[in-house]
Amino acid sequence: MPGLTKTDRITILKTLLKIRRFEEKTIQLYQTGKIWGYLHPYLGEEAVASGACQAIKKDDYIVSTHRGHGHCIAKGGDLNKMMAELLGKSTGYCKGRGGSMHIADTHLKILGANGIVGGGIPISVGAGFSCKLEGRGRVVLCFFGDGAANNGVFHESLNMASVFKLPVIYICENNLYAISMCSKDSVACEDVADRSDSYSMPGIIVDGTDPEQIFKAVSDAARGARKGRGPSLIEAKTYRFTGHHPNDPAEYRKKEEADYYKSEKDPVTNYTQKLIKEKVVTKKQVQDIDREITDSVEESVKFAEQSPEPDLEQFLEEVKHI
Amino acid sequence: MAEIEYREALRQAIIEEMDRDPKVFLIGEDIGVYGGAFRVYKGLLDKYGPDRVINTPISEAAILGAGVGAALTGYRPISEIMFIDFATLAMDQIVNQAAKIRYMTGDSLNVPLVIRTQGGAGRGVAAQHSQSLEAWFYHVPGLKVVMPSTAYDAKGLLKTAIRDDNPTMFIEQKMIYLNQGEVPAEEYLIPFGSADIKREGTDITIFAYSAMVFEALKAAEELEKEGISCEVFDPRTLVPLDEQALIESVKKTNRLVIVSEACQRGSVASDICARVVDSAFDWLDAPIKVVAGLNTPIPYNSTLEQASIPHQADIVEAVRKLI
Ligand SMILES: Cc1ncc(C[n+]2csc(CCOP(=O)(O)OP(=O)(O)O)c2C)c(N)n1
Repeated sequence: MPGLTKTDRITILKTLLKIRRFEEKTIQLYQTGKIWGYLHPYLGEEAVASGACQAIKKDDYIVSTHRGHGHCIAKGGDLNKMMAELLGKSTGYCKGRGGSMHIADTHLKILGANGIVGGGIPISVGAGFSCKLEGRGRVVLCFFGDGAANNGVFHESLNMASVFKLPVIYICENNLYAISMCSKDSVACEDVADRSDSYSMPGIIVDGTDPEQIFKAVSDAARGARKGRGPSLIEAKTYRFTGHHPNDPAEYRKKEEADYYKSEKDPVTNYTQKLIKEKVVTKKQVQDIDREITDSVEESVKFAEQSPEPDLEQFLEEVKHI
Repeated sequence: MAEIEYREALRQAIIEEMDRDPKVFLIGEDIGVYGGAFRVYKGLLDKYGPDRVINTPISEAAILGAGVGAALTGYRPISEIMFIDFATLAMDQIVNQAAKIRYMTGDSLNVPLVIRTQGGAGRGVAAQHSQSLEAWFYHVPGLKVVMPSTAYDAKGLLKTAIRDDNPTMFIEQKMIYLNQGEVPAEEYLIPFGSADIKREGTDITIFAYSAMVFEALKAAEELEKEGISCEVFDPRTLVPLDEQALIESVKKTNRLVIVSEACQRGSVASDICARVVDSAFDWLDAPIKVVAGLNTPIPYNSTLEQASIPHQADIVEAVRKLI
């Protein structure tokens, strides 16, 4: 794969595994009541964030969604701070006030997850203006779902980004469903990427379970955006392995469909096998990497559990001023 | 009388009205096979089919606009906004269209639309899924605002809302869907603007609506042990408001506490306070107290979340201060 070094590929593998193990853990913690509220697992979709974030620079921005843990991890998010946030602790990314849907990190240029479907899409326009105005060739990577692409803000934002030639890469994670609504029944055109025509920008479809395809598409889009060629729309065809949230039995979709994706299109399994086959890593190395990652996830749980609860007095004092 | 869940009461109201009037239909996100985020529509897709249970893309403005358009052309839609927080995306259709059309057109057009939605804190779903935004709609002339607390009220009021020729914001609270309440087998409707005294008392009136009615009732029970008799006044509909019944209650008890989960700044609670001062000042033996949510986006952490909204203890304390 042109543009992908061996190190890049190993980094992508590590990111995939990190997201997988983190998400498996959060589901466990949700089921035991340690995490509450809403939790939207990214299992099955790991390749999108892993490939996409590898294709942009540290200084570039990302805009995330309610299903945002993977984006945050791929952009370099701190597992301890993430886990602490999910447990509502004071050491978490949002001091325990935001939970799963609101993680942000200025240093890492993560402009925030969002509880509002599509809420981040217009924000990407503003970040795009900033990048264009400062003229340092930075770009914005804006993640959203197939469901979000049906809200008005998607259309307004892509139109404006195109009119002003903003350096934004729109990446639609089409996991086929928006809660129970299948994208086949909710998107009037064949593919979300078709909509790029209306906004005069490239529209690219990639296999969203293959991180290298995503890497390539985002790299190309970023190159164009940095040169002032404006936004692109990439549609990554992917699948969420779980229901919309851990308590959703996903009765609205066929079991065979889910089984197919889990057995044939698992991005973590497939990429691991690919790198082993191409002798980029050995089986033993993968096991070591996996163990290390599993340990760091366990570590994050310990960190979160041992962290203090947010200080109520301080909160009440702060609230007086807003 | 049978005890049923609040959400089942809503479901019954919808079924009875859909059976009675073929012009009634439902439109919203995940209301089909999924049965709605809070399962109020369970089984309705099978019963009425996809033409009357319209499962839509995530397009709040269009869901509301479709409601307005269908209402203008002879149907009686129930448009659902899954969380009141997402009404922000549909605000033009609610505020500038639904609420205005009848008045702007000199009564020549009606908008018989029900906007069903849900709000409030308590589930750890943080700042963008926990707001109490009723004051926004209360503020806009042309909208009715209904916030039922019990299963009985929910059913009777939803039926009235569906039959009403004007747009109604029907706001539920996410923590009370599973509450059980008595609902009679025979049909009944509850007129808008008729308050319900949920508990009779003589020493003080506690005005509370939606989920806060239950906190007020618990507070009243506790205060009774101290010999304080509280009247719990549930307006059931905020617009129209049964102001006369409230004034009568205040004239009887001479004291008033107003409870609301929403934060106080620019709130319904503040407005009620002003209205009572204006029309019943001479009967008041003490200042009016407002017990409201804090002026804060609702936090995720449970301790902070609970500290952001009123509880039984806050109401008890407020009552004690006045007596
Ligand atoms: C504006 C808005 N409408 C509805 C919801 C409720 N909701 C939360 S997630 C979701 C589905 C989103 O689907 P999609 O954008 O495809 O993302 P996915 O969950 O599949 O990752 C819905 C309808 C919301 N949070 N915000």
